[in-house]
Amino acid sequence: MSASTMLLLLADGRFPAGAHAHSSGLEAAVAAGRVTDLSTLAEYLRGRLATAGLVAAAFAAAACRAAGVDPPASAPGTDPNGRHRRSALARLDVELDARTASPAQRTVSRRQGRALLRAGRAIWPTAGFDDLPATPGGPHQPLVLGLVGAAAGLDPAQVATVAVHATVTGSASAAVRLLGLDPYQVQTLLVRLADACDATAARAARAAEQPPRRLPAAAAPLADIHAEAHATWEVRLFAS
Amino acid sequence: MRATARLVARADRHGRTTLAELRGESPLLLRQVPAGDGGVTVYVVGGAAGPLAGDDLRLDVEVGPGARVRMHTVAASIALPGRPGAVSRMLVRATVAERAALHWLPEQLVAAAGCAHVADAEVDVAEDGVLHWRDELICGRHGEQPGRAEVNTGVDLAGRPLLRQSLAVGPDAPGWAGPAVLGGAPATGSLLVVDPARPTEPPAVRGTVARLPLTGGTATLWTATAPDAHTLRTLLESEREQLLAAPDSIAVPVDGEGTEVVRVGGGRRGATDRVDRSGRRLGGGARPVRQTAS
Repeated sequence: MSASTMLLLLADGRFPAGAHAHSSGLEAAVAAGRVTDLSTLAEYLRGRLATAGLVAAAFAAAACRAAGVDPPASAPGTDPNGRHRRSALARLDVELDARTASPAQRTVSRRQGRALLRAGRAIWPTAGFDDLPATPGGPHQPLVLGLVGAAAGLDPAQVATVAVHATVTGSASAAVRLLGLDPYQVQTLLVRLADACDATAARAARAAEQPPRRLPAAAAPLADIHAEAHATWEVRLFAS
Repeated sequence: MRATARLVARADRHGRTTLAELRGESPLLLRQVPAGDGGVTVYVVGGAAGPLAGDDLRLDVEVGPGARVRMHTVAASIALPGRPGAVSRMLVRATVAERAALHWLPEQLVAAAGCAHVADAEVDVAEDGVLHWRDELICGRHGEQPGRAEVNTGVDLAGRPLLRQSLAVGPDAPGWAGPAVLGGAPATGSLLVVDPARPTEPPAVRGTVARLPLTGGTATLWTATAPDAHTLRTLLESEREQLLAAPDSIAVPVDGEGTEVVRVGGGRRGATDRVDRSGRRLGGGARPVRQTAS
């Protein structure tokens, strides 16, 4: 299968990793009265792209690069090169933890990582998913995405594109449901943001060549505050 | 303007903190003031306006085993424009050794219109070190839009990454004032407390201040947005004052006047678990929603 079809499959919201259950913080921003219409949604998406989108894409691209350090170990624990891959992924995991101050967001990232990992293992049973760190709660989603992308034959820049795409489309489709926005207008907004998405993905892929410590750490105070508020709700439409 | 300053603190054999080194140069001058508790208190005195774009300032702080240092600045730093295309930089590097404590409690950084400023902090804390680290950013002086400002904070605890945050505002930071980042608040800040003697507290949120327990150590980050510098300081300082008194409460200002203490935690985990088990639910939030097939 060609890389472009693989790219579309992984970016598709119908890929069985549960992405449709998440609004990427939008539900809480809507409840707080901060996103109310198309123009505030546009500002929301721009802010997400520059912060959470950039960070997730950079870590996904870095994990994809780490996967390419050497072929997956056929017998884990005996391959000296597999150790490099495992330690690179473990380092990425703690660096991403340090960039995710909100416990609710850490939990969501690991839960989404577990969901994607189930799909990845089923589709690519021989891929090196065992090299992911055995962290409680599961590995962070961008790390799994990097390995899934590598297994699908994508390069780090393509993996970054998938991550950025998921950042904006998840919130955008949630906005249609939460605010009753016109889907055509929301799609028009996504088309207008396409260049910004590509630029963010390219920046993330470049950043992924840096040591883990130097990867982007773009923070958004309201994302942390919204995520913690959302986690306390008893009733909600989206898991995040 | 380039300037470097350096502070090295050691504990003597009686447990009193002494300054083995204290030197600076304008506009980064260090002044020790009397402290009654055996630790030392040092003020950073700005010897000139700024930082102005083009300035390159660097402060190194080394807190040796068992030593205790509190650092303040005498006034807010106002990042101002300088020659075209130039960037002002302020780098603070700090190491906190075993049993040592560093309280870094400076006044605000104000990003004035047209500025181009990068504030970097690199902090290494030993496993049983104590750190209080406050960062406050004011986006523009009264009634103005800020220039480009970036605040990068990296903290390692026992050689492990604890916190990496980079907040960018201004014309180069898409969406910074929007609902995903600051929601129009001109003041934002955080307080990081690393203290192995304190139990980890549950997450909590009230208005626009959140208490966020970090992974990788007994460390908590308070993060807040506010309509002005005074409200922001009240939010963060009331949290700091509550630290030892009531670990499961969070203090919030009431209409900007005084504070009330709200009990939090407890029910939160239960609420999360209920949603976990049942998955998504119909309805939610402050407005009616209709669930659609996806």
